[in-house]
Amino acid sequence: MREAVPEVQPAADAAPKKRGRAIVVTSGKGGVGKTTTTANLGAALAATGATVVLVDADVGLRNLDIVLGLEARVRHHVLDVLEGNATLDDALVTDKRVSTLRLLAAAQTREKDDVDTSAFRDLIDSLRERFDYVLIDCPAGIEKGFANAIVGADEAIIVCTPEVSAVRDADRVVGLLGEGRQIKLIVNRLRPALVRRGKMLSVQDVNAILRLPLLGVIADAPDVIVSTNKGEPVALDQTSSIGAAYRAIAGRVTGTDTSEPEIPREKSFFEKLFGSRS
Amino acid sequence: MSARRIVLTSGKGGVGKTTTTANLGAALAKRGHKVVLVDADIGLRNLDLVLGVEKRIVFDLVEVVEGRCQLRQALIKDKRLESLSILPAAQTRDKTAITELQMADVVTQLGELCDFVLIDCPAGIEHGFRNAIAGAAEAIVVTTPEVSAIRDADRVIGKLRERGLPLRLIVNRLRPELVRSGDMLSVDDVTDILSAELLGIVPDDEEVIDTTNRGEPIVLQPEARLSGIYDKIARRLEGEVVPFTQFAVPGFLGRLFRKAG
Amino acid sequence: MFEFVQRFFGKQPSSAMAKERLRLVLLSDHLSLAPEVVESLKRDLLEVISRYVEVDPSSCDVSFEQQDKQVAMLANIPIVAMRNRPTPPAAPPTTPAPPPPEPPPSLDPAGASAAVADEPEPEAVPDAPAAAAPGAAAPKRKRRRKRASGAPGFSAI
Repeated sequence: MREAVPEVQPAADAAPKKRGRAIVVTSGKGGVGKTTTTANLGAALAATGATVVLVDADVGLRNLDIVLGLEARVRHHVLDVLEGNATLDDALVTDKRVSTLRLLAAAQTREKDDVDTSAFRDLIDSLRERFDYVLIDCPAGIEKGFANAIVGADEAIIVCTPEVSAVRDADRVVGLLGEGRQIKLIVNRLRPALVRRGKMLSVQDVNAILRLPLLGVIADAPDVIVSTNKGEPVALDQTSSIGAAYRAIAGRVTGTDTSEPEIPREKSFFEKLFGSRS
Repeated sequence: MSARRIVLTSGKGGVGKTTTTANLGAALAKRGHKVVLVDADIGLRNLDLVLGVEKRIVFDLVEVVEGRCQLRQALIKDKRLESLSILPAAQTRDKTAITELQMADVVTQLGELCDFVLIDCPAGIEHGFRNAIAGAAEAIVVTTPEVSAIRDADRVIGKLRERGLPLRLIVNRLRPELVRSGDMLSVDDVTDILSAELLGIVPDDEEVIDTTNRGEPIVLQPEARLSGIYDKIARRLEGEVVPFTQFAVPGFLGRLFRKAG
Repeated sequence: MFEFVQRFFGKQPSSAMAKERLRLVLLSDHLSLAPEVVESLKRDLLEVISRYVEVDPSSCDVSFEQQDKQVAMLANIPIVAMRNRPTPPAAPPTTPAPPPPEPPPSLDPAGASAAVADEPEPEAVPDAPAAAAPGAAAPKRKRRRKRASGAPGFSAI
């Protein structure tokens, strides 16, 4: 059966159903780790048993599939669904490792202008009927791609690295997101040794400017590059402290973890010498 | 005198376009060329911050296009390198504020004033990207040796080739120790995949963060390793054939000698 | 040269520099991104200023400039005229001469009471006229809002 994008029921008419949460992962600045964060947070949430769908909103420059190692399994993408050329079930790709995790890939050879904003919002709404969590991977910038990605999400996670351009762009995005959404912060790629030497902004410095509730802090480590290369989210690696950080973030998102985010500390001399698995 | 008009682009954000624009521009200026840097990232400007001129902005690109000031009034002369100037982007507008034709016009005008116009392109392949390439006659594609960056660079190269723009590649943030351990693609891998001519290889250097904090391009520190590297890239842009530096990773030989420079 | 010296001696950690630069640049960004706020500010500013001087709203300009260590608001407000013709500063109101001491209850009842009756009332009325302020035109109680229009500027003092 062709499942065209379903009509959205006005809230007043529908029997109150528990709707999933729609969270957009955004930043302004490119390359700070939105896609990695979306993939890892999604994997960590799904590993707790929640049903999760990851939506890649970066039309033309898709990367969520590669980061998850699912690029060979993508048959249809968001635009196919929006244009009625494929059903949602055709397009959803199940993760190789965690069965409650699904991916809805972006189109690679199309343009962001091709996406109809209200149709995209309807799609997100219908995904919320089926999944506990809908995570939307936002493209860099503040153009149409960004505008589409944020529509339909009433929560946002800002990913920011401790660098001046990233903080400035994040600030702009906070302004653009406006009042209606709950916004939280993840500081990514912290280098504690550089912070100590005064050569990098600290988490406190960043949040003194952005002033957002902090979801977590991820240290800079080669783990992430390796996991992207392999297509295996580091959040599923029980031996990795980066993985642990993502799992803690997932816990804060679900509300089960009420602890304060830990600031990664500098590696000790011995850890550096003997190269502990970070 | 008509300048070379070069756009620095990448597709993927965060690979170092702005840092490269600032440092390559400074390197060319150090070599005596007149250089104008154009920030085409309207709404998310950062070239001013990287160069440390954010406090001196009076007019911007959009105001020039809208005729609210003269082009020369908007140009900010660098205080450290006298032949370097920058045309900042507007922070408060979005990229639809100017058209490709208007951008091309500004870049052409700038071309009469200097030897090199370097255009810092925003991330992505949307309107801002199209504007940024509108005025350019050649392109430098900046990528890091990572899967997503290469994939995006590939898409951008496709678009540049559609427009007939000659292009060369800079591989940025190379980490030879990760190449050695097989956790990062080598430069050869990158150029093979993208089938593009190499212009330069820039190793990852944590000093860059510090220099950006200060707003002082690293090229201003002659003793810094990256200074020499950007200078070589500048020379290659001038047309000189400069061999790529070998970076030896301490403790190993052979396979470890990866081309870099 | 000075920068070279600065680099050797007061070299501030760059993270502190970065933080400060960001603070200023974002303040500047925020101001330029909130035109409605700036418009309200301008309106309120002009309203307050207009109570003292007459201005031409169409040539007023308010802008923000990022200076070395701060962001400053620059307002250029051409003044057309003072609101009120200035009066020479009024001499402080002199209290009426204190009433002469009551004559001692008295030896001469008729004479004393007659004398007392002639004195002006000891309670001074603040607006008490001419006696108090030599030379001034009778000060009016209420300030006039606006003089009749005429040539801009002051009448000669």
